[in-house]
Amino acid sequence: MATLTVPSSVPAVAEDCEQLHKAFEGWGTNEKLIISILAHRNAAQRRAIRRAYADVYGKELLRALGDEIHGKFERAVILWTLDPAERDAVLANEEAKKWHPGGRALVEIACARTPAQLFAAKQAYHDRFKRSLEEDVAAHVTGDFRKLLVPLVSAYRYDGPEVNTSLAHSEAKILHEKIDKKAYSDEEIIRILTTRSKAQLLATFNSYKDQFGHAINKDLKADPKDEFLATLRVIIRCFTCPDRYFEKVIRLALGGVGTDEDALTRVITTRAEVDLKLIKEAYQKRNSVPLERAVAKDTTRDYEDILVALLGAE
Amino acid sequence: MQQFLTQTGSNSSAATSPPASPQPRLRQQQAPRKERDPQNKEKEAPPAAMADEHQDLTRAFAGLGGLGVDETALVSALGRWRRQPEKRAQFRRGFLGFFSASAGAVAGIERCEDEYLLHLKAEFARFKDAAVLWAMHPWERDARWAHHVLHKAHPPQVLVEVACTRAADDLLGARRAYQALYHRSLEEDVAYRVRDANASLLVGLVSAYRYEGACVSEDLATEEAKALAAAVRSAPAAATKLVQNEQVVRVLATRSKPQLRATFRVYMELHGKPLEEDLAAEPCLREAVKCLDSPPKYFSEVISRAFSDDADRQAKAALTRVLVSRADTDMEDIKDAYARQYGAKLADAVAKNTHGHYKDALLAIIGK
Repeated sequence: MATLTVPSSVPAVAEDCEQLHKAFEGWGTNEKLIISILAHRNAAQRRAIRRAYADVYGKELLRALGDEIHGKFERAVILWTLDPAERDAVLANEEAKKWHPGGRALVEIACARTPAQLFAAKQAYHDRFKRSLEEDVAAHVTGDFRKLLVPLVSAYRYDGPEVNTSLAHSEAKILHEKIDKKAYSDEEIIRILTTRSKAQLLATFNSYKDQFGHAINKDLKADPKDEFLATLRVIIRCFTCPDRYFEKVIRLALGGVGTDEDALTRVITTRAEVDLKLIKEAYQKRNSVPLERAVAKDTTRDYEDILVALLGAE
Repeated sequence: MQQFLTQTGSNSSAATSPPASPQPRLRQQQAPRKERDPQNKEKEAPPAAMADEHQDLTRAFAGLGGLGVDETALVSALGRWRRQPEKRAQFRRGFLGFFSASAGAVAGIERCEDEYLLHLKAEFARFKDAAVLWAMHPWERDARWAHHVLHKAHPPQVLVEVACTRAADDLLGARRAYQALYHRSLEEDVAYRVRDANASLLVGLVSAYRYEGACVSEDLATEEAKALAAAVRSAPAAATKLVQNEQVVRVLATRSKPQLRATFRVYMELHGKPLEEDLAAEPCLREAVKCLDSPPKYFSEVISRAFSDDADRQAKAALTRVLVSRADTDMEDIKDAYARQYGAKLADAVAKNTHGHYKDALLAIIGK
């Protein structure tokens, strides 16, 4: 599921720190060395390296990285090196502060993480930004999106398998009714999507398909330009088929004119230890081309190197 | 329980009339506090000693208006009149409001009023509840209270209390406990079951995971105090009620408590009166503000309300809830707030208004 490859005999933390420190020394920076270490360590190992580095050299590893490398490579390395919870907090804060209707990071963090992971992200947010995530989202997002996003990020969903099937039937009916009336930001839709557990939602969407003959997302495509509808579809996809959802994000990021590096970095760094392998398979299936090749084609130099390393290349 | 004791014979029929309000029927009879009238007992012409006995027993069984049951008095009552069923029958006949000769006439008994049985059950249960709740994990307590409130459609006061007076990690713990106990999240159930205007506020409050640091921005406090004032001003003419106002819900449900207290303080400075006063029309909102601003003050009010004559079942249950849940946190502050507001020591007020083991339990919980 994860694509991260860690060497079978991992060097001692002290040695990793020393190597990294060497990579920063002198005139240039040895980016390949940085990638060969950091891109092949899991979260616990990276945390240990950061702690040891600060102890030995009296400087935060991330600060040192920020001094030595720049641009999209820097963003990728830093996001990757952070703990998953901190990473989510940073991404959430970035998006909340300059939020626009096409933003996806907040939705992904709220819906493509387990409730425990979302909660860890909120704790990390407190520690880092001295405010709560809900505060910042509530303060910077406006209109119907706020009505949707604040409860979405605040929820601490039930994580278990228990499902109430009659409730699933009745809530599928409610969703259908509201969607039919084009009341997309109706309280009931928001209530169901932002409070029900993942298991319950999946049952509800299945019931929707059983009752009405097609998937719920099909009914949410009335207006291709409507960003609110797009956000609803993203929420649903993050629950039902996260690997295909992320495949699409990457496909759109790579496709067309130019590359959306922010989205590409976001997906690869947040999913490398989760399900990037499934996403790669989905990509291959959909585009008949391995994801590494597509990424290599659209990115260059160090940025390309770290992405490809995280994608599991040797 | 004064009304039970001051009823005359004619009132027993009123006891069986259908209730006009959700409160127990007998509460309709708001008889004034007066001396207990043994006139009906005089009809049997018992000796004066008998009248006293009856009074003692009546007091033991009815609790004299306070909370809890005087177990010692009851025990000594049970030991009395052994092999003297006629005396017990006389007692029943004299204890109107609890036993009804007319209702049981068909069977030749003075039957127990169902109201009275429920009342006794509640009073006896207070000590048990206090003990069990004391032993329970605080998170489980909060989860069970929340569930009870939601599924019995009681007023949401308890939800507001739990959401606003617990620390962020304790509220989260309660939400986790709720999931473990009921296999759904607290937010789900609140969103699903609360269908009135308070819904969005309540969902917001129970979902909050507030920042707990001391950082406060005076500018933000001023800005939000002004926004709240604007919302209050425009409320009468607005399409939705003040409690549904998005601004208001957003501020109350997301800001940290120190930040909110600063906002409330600025509001007071700007308008010369506290925000609660302007929220009289929205009890849920007002409670939330009180809980966020000063839990000890809020709790001392809840305690005082439990002692009042027209306290209903929830108001009385609140006494156990507040004292048990705050014993480890801000009991001292509550004692101070109570003394300041009502000019009496909390322990004295509790001793005066409760009986038996329940009283002893509460006093032990309150501490010196």
